[in-house]
Formats: sequence, structure tokens, C-alpha cells
Amino acid sequence: MATAYSPTNFVNPLSINTRSHDKPLFDPLKTTTSFLGSTHKLRPTSLQFNQPDTHRRSAVVAVSDVVKEKKVKSSSNLLITKEEGLEIYEDMILGRAFEDMCAQMYYRGKMFGFVHLYNGQEAVSTGFIRLLKKEDSVVSTYRDHVHALSKGVPAREVMSELFGRTTGCCRGQGGSMHMFSKEHNLLGGFAFIGEGIPVATGAAFSSKYRREVLKEADCDHVTLAFFGDGTCNNGQFFECLNMAALWKLPIVFVVENNLWAIGMSHLRATSDPQIYKKGPAFGMPGVHVEGMDVLKVREVAQEAIGRARRGEGPTLVECETYRFRGHSLADPDELRDPDEKARYAARDPITALKKHLIESKLANEAELKAIEKKIEEVVEDAVEFADASPHPARSQLLENVFADPKGFGIGPDGRYRCEDPKFTEGTAHV
Amino acid sequence: MLGIIRQKMTAGLSPAMRIRPVASALRSYSSAAKEINVREALNSALDEEMSADPKVFLMGEEVGEYQGAYKISKGLLDKYGPERVLDTPITEAGFTGIGVGAAYYGLKPVVEFMTFNFAMQAIDHIINSAAKSNYMSAGQINVPIVFRGPNGAAAGVGAQHSHCYAAWYASCPGLKVLSPYSSEDARGLLKAAIRDPDPVVFLENELLYGESFPVSAEVLDSSFCLPIGKAKIEREGKDVTITAFSKMVGFSLKAAEILAKEGISAEVINLRSIRPLDRATINASVRKTNRLVTVEEGFPQHGVGAEICASVVEESFGYLDAAVERIAGADVPMPYAANLERMAVPQVEDIVRAAKRACYRSVPMAAVA
Repeated sequence: MATAYSPTNFVNPLSINTRSHDKPLFDPLKTTTSFLGSTHKLRPTSLQFNQPDTHRRSAVVAVSDVVKEKKVKSSSNLLITKEEGLEIYEDMILGRAFEDMCAQMYYRGKMFGFVHLYNGQEAVSTGFIRLLKKEDSVVSTYRDHVHALSKGVPAREVMSELFGRTTGCCRGQGGSMHMFSKEHNLLGGFAFIGEGIPVATGAAFSSKYRREVLKEADCDHVTLAFFGDGTCNNGQFFECLNMAALWKLPIVFVVENNLWAIGMSHLRATSDPQIYKKGPAFGMPGVHVEGMDVLKVREVAQEAIGRARRGEGPTLVECETYRFRGHSLADPDELRDPDEKARYAARDPITALKKHLIESKLANEAELKAIEKKIEEVVEDAVEFADASPHPARSQLLENVFADPKGFGIGPDGRYRCEDPKFTEGTAHV
Repeated sequence: MLGIIRQKMTAGLSPAMRIRPVASALRSYSSAAKEINVREALNSALDEEMSADPKVFLMGEEVGEYQGAYKISKGLLDKYGPERVLDTPITEAGFTGIGVGAAYYGLKPVVEFMTFNFAMQAIDHIINSAAKSNYMSAGQINVPIVFRGPNGAAAGVGAQHSHCYAAWYASCPGLKVLSPYSSEDARGLLKAAIRDPDPVVFLENELLYGESFPVSAEVLDSSFCLPIGKAKIEREGKDVTITAFSKMVGFSLKAAEILAKEGISAEVINLRSIRPLDRATINASVRKTNRLVTVEEGFPQHGVGAEICASVVEESFGYLDAAVERIAGADVPMPYAANLERMAVPQVEDIVRAAKRACYRSVPMAAVA
């Protein structure tokens, strides 16, 4: 029985701000022990990490010697204006409503294959992506519907893509796990875990290359790479932490630690489960943030994205979050403890934000209800649009394999196959 | 190593690295002003493409300060600086993915693998994030990247350094796979690959780097480019068609010389492009000669020769007068011992025997490993 998570490992890190003295945004409905998830056997008995003042910590930072900056925070970062509050509320409601509709559509047979839903993790997507400019890029995994929506891809296009229709953002050729949008700089959508991280690092590299070699002086595009706890054991993750820090690339590595990789608990798979500590090993700051609290995520995101934009290099942000549904719609989700699920359900980021907005008088019930209704209509419209959209034509099968379709070679008549106007209407035998 | 050179010299030929060819009867090029070796051809192609387009950059292990593991990128670091010639850490998966990510944004990386054997650590990115991206994104994101490096057997480097990956990459849609033989091929195809908007796998051969070939002035011009997807008929003939790529083209040309003395006129096709395969040229040739011998260095099962054979059977079955002969490397991991290695790789005699078999089937098949 692996008790890798021994209490003594939990170094009391440098706390960047003394939140304990500020009015906490969210009542701690549970202690930090829930971080361990439902691993009864693995839970060490002397588990009291309730550092009394910091169990409501907003962010835990481990900073390496290489990066000496101290983040001076004022609590004003956390407070948001009414517009911002409503904007992020709307984004989170859109993510939730969309995913719920996906589940419905899947069980009705309109959607098929592998569908991975994001319920419960909306705070991470909204908290980070809503701070980006349109030119900044986002790279995600197979759990990418909500990243696409937050980045600005219209709900209609995402839904059509899921239905496999030709009006989808990838014309039905990508599917649930491969959402790409050049216009919104969403670079996928990768099914292999860890595959998106080097691609994101490359996108960040291109931003730096443009600025320094191609002399596009104002190119300060930032890239965000989203991935899960399971990915943090993958070799490519470490390779990219190294190179991003080595070349000081404008990237933020966002770990959506939802404690479970299908049915494999993070603690059973990882020798040192505190992922944020892996950042300083490579020379970049590693930050842990409560991923069920969108305002805290936003605060950390602002700093990390700002760092990258100023050219100070990468950051590793670990968001402690939870997915309310199974790994995918085909996952019976039997291994997770119902108590754990209940605990996290009580920390639903949307209800928490709603409560905050109302309590701090930023919005009233009616406004929030109006937003919910509006989103409901958006999602229903997306479904109707997708339903009414055509399936891809047969001629679409051979399209888009190459940017230069001469790659299909020369046909028996000696001319390039692609020059034949009937080329893509032929059989699949090329 | 010595055994190989000796054997080849007794055959009256001199393909080994620094020995210049004795007679130019092998070469079917017209009068050539200059000779350059494949290394210089690749270096000059990279140099010219990098100076023409600032978005082209080179990354790989030892490409910068070491001047390239095989000196292909010699002088490029001094000329273009460390921002465009990047020495990477030993992280194939990582830096290949970085190249792909950069290519998503319109930069044109040339990713060098020290050999394509090491590219297996990066093959996920070559296939899944480079080859398939244009399709998965429905044309929104194309990947103008080149993956290059030596492929196939070298001399005495053992099983893990001698694998030929032509068939592996050529089976994947979304990739273009090129394999040059001569300096002209190397220059023209590398330039075409760098200018191409799709992912290209460029399979070189370590033993060919030092070989010199005559080149015309047109080849040396900086706008010289060869089309992707067209094979070249290195030697015209009418009795049997021999298809080959990379190093095996040289062997096939020598075999053709030997066969000519025995009255068999062999047509040698240098494939140049493994994907897309120039089926038109191959089939036209087979329809002319009615016999086919495919030659490759890689393993026989599911190899390039298997695909050519299937293509010919599908399209020109009625024209075949004999079964298709397939010459490939032995179906074993490459042994180290020099004599075993010689047996594991096709030699000129094997090609000659196969051609004769295709012509009159009078010579029995050699034992298959």
C-alpha cells in the first residue's frame, strides 16, 4: 500500500498573500483533507494539514531559486466589476448547460463515439480563457468542448461538430476530441494525453520567434496548455517544462487536477502527488490554486498570463478541481466514492459564484436568471441548428488531407490526381 | 566494414564513402560541369531555403555547434544564429511536438533526427499531430514541417540503428515521404519539401552522404526544385523494370550494367517519392517491359515493394509475363557481424539474380531467411 502522500512531504510553502486575514470569498465547506479524494486506504491517519490560517489558502506557491520575483498582491485583484462578474457567470453557465445537453443528445443517439464532459471544472476554463485575447492560443485535450466555448467558438459550431455535420467547426471531420479553430486560435483537441503540451510549447515558441526573428515587435501572444493529473506523469510533460523554461517561452501550463484518470486515482499513480512542485524543479514557479473557485483561478491566471506576456517565462499552475460526471459518457464511474462526489458537488463553482455575486450585491437573482434563460435558448438553438445541418457530402471524404493535394500523386493518365475535377467524388481507393 | 569495401571493390565498383567512381559509365547524366556530394547538396539546399524565407528554421540534436551529427548543417549556425539553428536537448517527443506547434502558426521548421530510429520516440507527433491535423481541422490548420534524417542501414551499427522506416511513414495519409538518391535528388527534393505546405518525411541515407554525383548548372541554381510524386527513370531499358529508392538505386544501376553485358536491358526507376508513389511511371514501365523487380533495403513484409507489387497487379496484371520479384532486407533485426550484415542487406548480385529469374526463371531462388 503506497503511502506516498506522507504528511511530512507537505512543505509549508511560501504563501503569496495572507488570505486568512481577508474576508474569504467562499466558506470552506470542507477541510483540505478532501484534496486526497476517496482513497480510504491511502489516507494517512495523522492527516491534519489544516494549517489553521491557510486552509482557506487561495494559492500555494513554490518558487524556485531561479525565479526570485515575489508576487505582491492586493485583494483588489479578486474583486470584479459587475460586467466581469456577469460575463464569467454566463460563460460558466454556457459550459454547464452545453455539457448537460451533450449528455442528453448522446443518450438519444445524436452524438457518438467518445464524449468527455467537463461538468464541475468550469471555473478553470472560464477563469483562464476569459482573460485571453483573441490572438492568444489554447491547446487542450479530449475534454475540450468548454475550452472551445470559452475561447469564443460559437455553440452552434461546436454542437454541429459533435453531431458530425458539415457546419461544425471542423466540418465534422474532427469530432468531440479534435476541436480546432484557426479564427479563435484553438489548436485542438488532442486525444493522446500529453500530446498537446509540446504543440502548445511550439505555439509559444512561434510567438517568441515572430517577435525576435521575424521582428513583429508587438507579438506577445500567450499560449495556455490544459491537461490533467494523469498527464503529469508523462515524459512529454517534463520535456516541455524543461524546454519552455530553458527558452523562456510565453506559455502557462494549466493542470486540471481532478484527482482521477479514468479510474486511476492520482495518488495511486504518482510518487509525489503535489504537481505544482514540479515547476521549480525546472526553473519556473509552480502554483496551486483551488480550482472550484473561479475568482481565485482568475487571480492566479492574471498573474501567470501577465508573466508570460512580459516575457518572463512559463508558469505551472495546478488547479484542484473535480469532474462531476464520469471520465466519458461510456464510463460507469463506479470507483469514485459517493461521499467525495457529494463534497465536491457542494463546492459547485457556479453556485458559489452565484452566491458571491448576490452577497456582494454585484447582481440580483433576476439578472442571473435572465442569463440562465438566455443560455438555455442558445444551447437549444445550437441543437436545432445542428440537427438541421446536412451530413458531409461524399466528396468531402478525400478533402483536406493535404494543403497541397498534389500529395495524392499522379494518376494513371499521367496527370496529378487532384487536377481531375471528379477526384473527391471517387471511391476511397486512391 | 572492411569486408564490405573489399567486396565492393572486387566487383569493380566503388560506392564506399570517399572512393571516387572509376568510370562514369554508370552515370546516365549528360555532360556535367561539377560534382558535389550529397552532404553538400543537402547543406546548400538548407542554406538557400533558410536565406530565402526567414520562417524556415532548423532544430535537432547537435545541428548547431557540432555542425550537425553528420555535418549536414555545417556553417548554418554561424550564418543564421542560434535562434534559427536550434540545438535541442535529447527530447525527440518534446521538440518534434514543438516543431509541429510552431508549424501550426505558419513557421517552417526542419526537424532533424539523428537517425530515423530515434524518431520512433516522436512518431506520435509525426503521425497524430502533424499528418492528421489538416484533416481533423478541416483545412484550417496546415503543417508545413519537414522531418529529415538518415534512414535505413549504415555500416555495422546494429539492430536499433539500422531500421528502414519508408514503409511505416508511407502508409499514413497526410504525410508525404521522399527518399533521394543522388545529389540532384537531395537538393531538389529537400527544397521541394521545405516549400511544401504539408508535413514531409525526408529519408536520407548515411552511406550516401559522402558520395559525389555530377550536377548540372540548373541543379545548382537556387530556384531548382523537383516535383513531389514523380519518379525518375535513371536508365532506360526494355526487358525488365527495376524499382528502387535511396541507396538501392546505386546498386540497381550497377546490376543493370552487369545485366547489360548478359543481354538483358534493365530499366531502373528511382522512386524519389515513396508517398505519393508514382504509380503511373511504374505501371507504364511495366507495360513496356512486362517484368518487375522491386528493390528495397527494409524488411520485406508490408514493405514498399509489396505496395508496388499490389499496384502493378491491380493495374497492369495482363501485362506481366512473370511473377513480380521482391528484393528486400532479410527478415531479421540487423546483425552486427560484418558478414551477417552483408547477407542481411540486398547486394548487387541479389538484384542481378532476381532480374534473371524474372527474365527466364532459370536461376533458383536463394534461401529466404
